[in-house]
Parts: sequence; C-alpha cells; structure tokens
Amino acid sequence: MAANLRLPYLATAAISGLLFGAGLYISQMVDPLKVLRFLDFTAIPAGGWDPSLAFVIVPAIAVMFVAVRISRTRRAPLFDAQFHEPEFHHIDAPLVGGAALFGIGWGMSGICPGPAISLIAFWPDNLLIFLIALFAGSYAGALVIPSGRDKRLALAR
Amino acid sequence: MDAFSPIPALTGGVLIGLASALLWLGNGRIAGMSGIFGQLLPPARTVVWRLVFLVALVLGTLAASWLIPGLGVGGPGGAPAQLAAPPPGWNVPAPLWIAISGLLIGFGTKIGNGCTSGHGVCGIARLSRRSFVAVGVFFSVAILTVAITGIV
Repeated sequence: MAANLRLPYLATAAISGLLFGAGLYISQMVDPLKVLRFLDFTAIPAGGWDPSLAFVIVPAIAVMFVAVRISRTRRAPLFDAQFHEPEFHHIDAPLVGGAALFGIGWGMSGICPGPAISLIAFWPDNLLIFLIALFAGSYAGALVIPSGRDKRLALAR
Repeated sequence: MDAFSPIPALTGGVLIGLASALLWLGNGRIAGMSGIFGQLLPPARTVVWRLVFLVALVLGTLAASWLIPGLGVGGPGGAPAQLAAPPPGWNVPAPLWIAISGLLIGFGTKIGNGCTSGHGVCGIARLSRRSFVAVGVFFSVAILTVAITGIV
C-alpha cells in the first residue's frame, strides 16, 4: 500500500486538521469581519484597529520554525519517505502577480482559504458561492500555470 | 481596540503552529490550505489525505465551538458567522462581490503557490525567499484594498 494511504499517515492528517480547525475558531480567524478589522490600517490612528491576526500568525510561525529545525536533522518524516519541500526558488511573475490577486480578493472579503473551508462548520450566507468561486479560480489558475514540482522546475530551466 | 483578544489569539496561533508542525514532521507535507484543496482538482494524485485533512478541519472548528463556546462567532454561544457586505456606496450585489473575491483568491493562490498558511506560516518558518516576497505582497495589497474600498 502506498505510504500516504496507511493509517498513521491518515491519522496524522486528521489530527493536524482538527488542531488547525480548532485554532482557527479559538483565534477567531474564522470570522472574516475580524480579519478585515486587522487589515483596516486606516483605523490605527483612531485606535479602532484589531491587531489579533499578528498575535495568531507569529506564534504559529514560531512553533513551525522549531519543527523545521527538527526536520533538518532528519532524513525523512515519520510516515513518508521524504519531506515534500518546495524546490522552486525563483521569484517570478506568477508568484508576485498571484500574491497580488490573492491580496485583492482577501481585502474584499477577509476570507483566506483556511477559514473558507472551516467556515463550512457555521455555514454563513453566500459561503457556497464563495467556495464554488474559490475552486473555479483555482482550477483556472492550474490551466494557466503548470502546477506541480516537475513542471515548475522544467519551466525555470 | 475593537474586540482585541490576545489570549485566544495566541492560543489559536500555537494550535495552528502545532497542526503545521505535526503534518510536516509526520507526513513531510506543508499545511498550506490553497495547496491542499487546489490539488484535489484534476489531475489530482494524492486525494485521500487531503480530504481527510479538510473534513477534520471543519470538524475541529465545530468541536472547538462546542467545547469553548462564546469566543466570538460560531457555535452555540456565539454570534452567527457572516461574510462581509460589499462596501457602502459601491452598489454591487453581495453574491457578486463574494464571487469575485473567491475567484481572485482561488486564481491568485494557485499561480502564486500559496496563501496565508502555506506561505505565511510554513514558508516564513522555512525561511523561503519566495514566501517572504509573497507574504509582503499579499498583506500590502490586502491592506491597500481595504483602505481603498472602505469595506470596514
């Protein structure tokens, strides 16, 4: 059986998803309006700015940073043959343009892809429209830019 | 300070970090949301663990809202979750506004290879140059978008 179909591998994915979902609720990053109150820097002078998002992402990065340090001392993760680390290192137009388009969409709604999925738990109005558009956009992106490590690396050569 | 809540924010952030750390050290996979769902679409190769992760993500959100009710939106003790309304004066129907936002996010994170989780948490932690650029760009553009549209 392929490594990624074995029980410990799938259990790891499940526990990771549970922790991630709990983290999005507890931090309230599941609330798009709260995320928008962080992105609204025009509120800083008046004192109405909500800095919560920074207090979420910094400890998340710190914990992950330790995990990355640990992984550098190992040849492989526990349940697979290799770390799937991105091997594409160029700063190219799709990276910058894609990040800019994502930034526009994120500023329009306050929803990034993680909370978009976890909001299924609370099913607000128009979420279905958002999710269909999200998948359609992602699919369109895959048609424009070759996806996957091999194709990106080939493109860079 | 509008409803700023440092303790839940820090706690949630640590949980998100632990989730990312577990997926990385256990399975060698980056907990990047746009990547996890984006590669469910054809030509998808590794579908099962992605579906397991996404279903668990929803269940984790739901379970936490029952165990620790009333932190904000969602769950038995919380306010109903709402998506943002289009900015006042723009005269755009809400479903159209939300659809455009979703298309831009789906397309942008696909060609830019990541979002707030993949680039923002995992990429920065890996000290990836591409992720530093992406994070700088999408945070700046999102902040500008909010300032220009006046959506908040």
